[in-house]
Amino acid sequence: MAEARGPGEPLPRRAVVQALLAERGELLVVAGLGAPAWDATAAGDHPLTFPLWGGMGGAAMVGLGLALAQPARRVLVLTGDGEMLMGLGALATIGVARAANLAIVVLDNERYGETGMQETHTAAGVDLAAVAAACGFGDAATARTMGEVERLRERVHAGAGPLFAAVKVAPDRLPLVLPPRDGAHLKNRFREALLGPQAHFQA
Amino acid sequence: MSNDWPRALYGLLKDQGIRQVGVVPDAGHMELIRLCERDAGLRTVRLTTEEEGVALALGAWLGGDKCALLMQSSGAGNCVNMLSMLAVCQAPAVMLVTMRGDHGEFNPWQVPMGRAAQPVLEQMGVAIFRADRADEVVPLAEGALRIAFNTLRPAALLLGQRLLGAKTFKE
Repeated sequence: MAEARGPGEPLPRRAVVQALLAERGELLVVAGLGAPAWDATAAGDHPLTFPLWGGMGGAAMVGLGLALAQPARRVLVLTGDGEMLMGLGALATIGVARAANLAIVVLDNERYGETGMQETHTAAGVDLAAVAAACGFGDAATARTMGEVERLRERVHAGAGPLFAAVKVAPDRLPLVLPPRDGAHLKNRFREALLGPQAHFQA
Repeated sequence: MSNDWPRALYGLLKDQGIRQVGVVPDAGHMELIRLCERDAGLRTVRLTTEEEGVALALGAWLGGDKCALLMQSSGAGNCVNMLSMLAVCQAPAVMLVTMRGDHGEFNPWQVPMGRAAQPVLEQMGVAIFRADRADEVVPLAEGALRIAFNTLRPAALLLGQRLLGAKTFKE
């Protein structure tokens, strides 16, 4: 599925996510609903990946709450262009909150993939990285090559955030790789992996 | 109990271990927002819309932080779909909601969402408490905080316009 593409062609999304999550170490990951959640699962289901199955428009803000709660950990939000467009105000909120340990990476296929590949506003030229830059993200870029994705991975782990990147990916229809879908289970396994067994006794 | 319920609410949030506060500017919450923003021990996040706060609360809880959300009743409507996340994840949050479209309202445009706020929140699984007198605020807020964080669900305290005073539009 990650067939070779020519220079300037959009990237294969699963290879992008695989590269971003390579040697993830202590990285905490929030995956937006739809293809980004399937991509993150294809790279390896992990208790410290929190895949969303709903709440469209909320992924970046889930990342902000997590990043503020865990300032010593790096937090990566992987989401789609349609999901990000639904909660664009979050970029302003995150830019103002200046969460240095938060990275938002939009896998931008310029489509609503789950509903029939209808074009999103990024297909018409809306530039999400420019929006993020205007909202105060010091590091905001669009990645178009695997080399840029590799350098992005390094900044996710070490850069001064908040960081934003749109990665231009191909509008491929890929086999579904589904994570667990019970939200209480996903929450409990994430909190236990992060906070230890005492997480279940927090009141 | 004095009428300085905003300061008492602030003290309660601190006592109950709230660490993150999501806020949308609101006249009724002006004093509480000011107290929260001056407290370096709280992470007070100014939101562009209330639904951002619901997602913030889920992320906070994933990371071990308790989150409170300050909003007006019109903002409760903005939260509706995002509250699905708290319901399905059994994640706690406490919402302190100043009412509009309530006792003595002047602006008819505030009435539909004001009247719908409580049933809409209930439909989305939020446990509701309501205070109309200053001496009720802290006990009811404490009850809302306990049910939220002890029983893992969102809870809201509605602060009625009899308590807040209706906006007069005369100045």
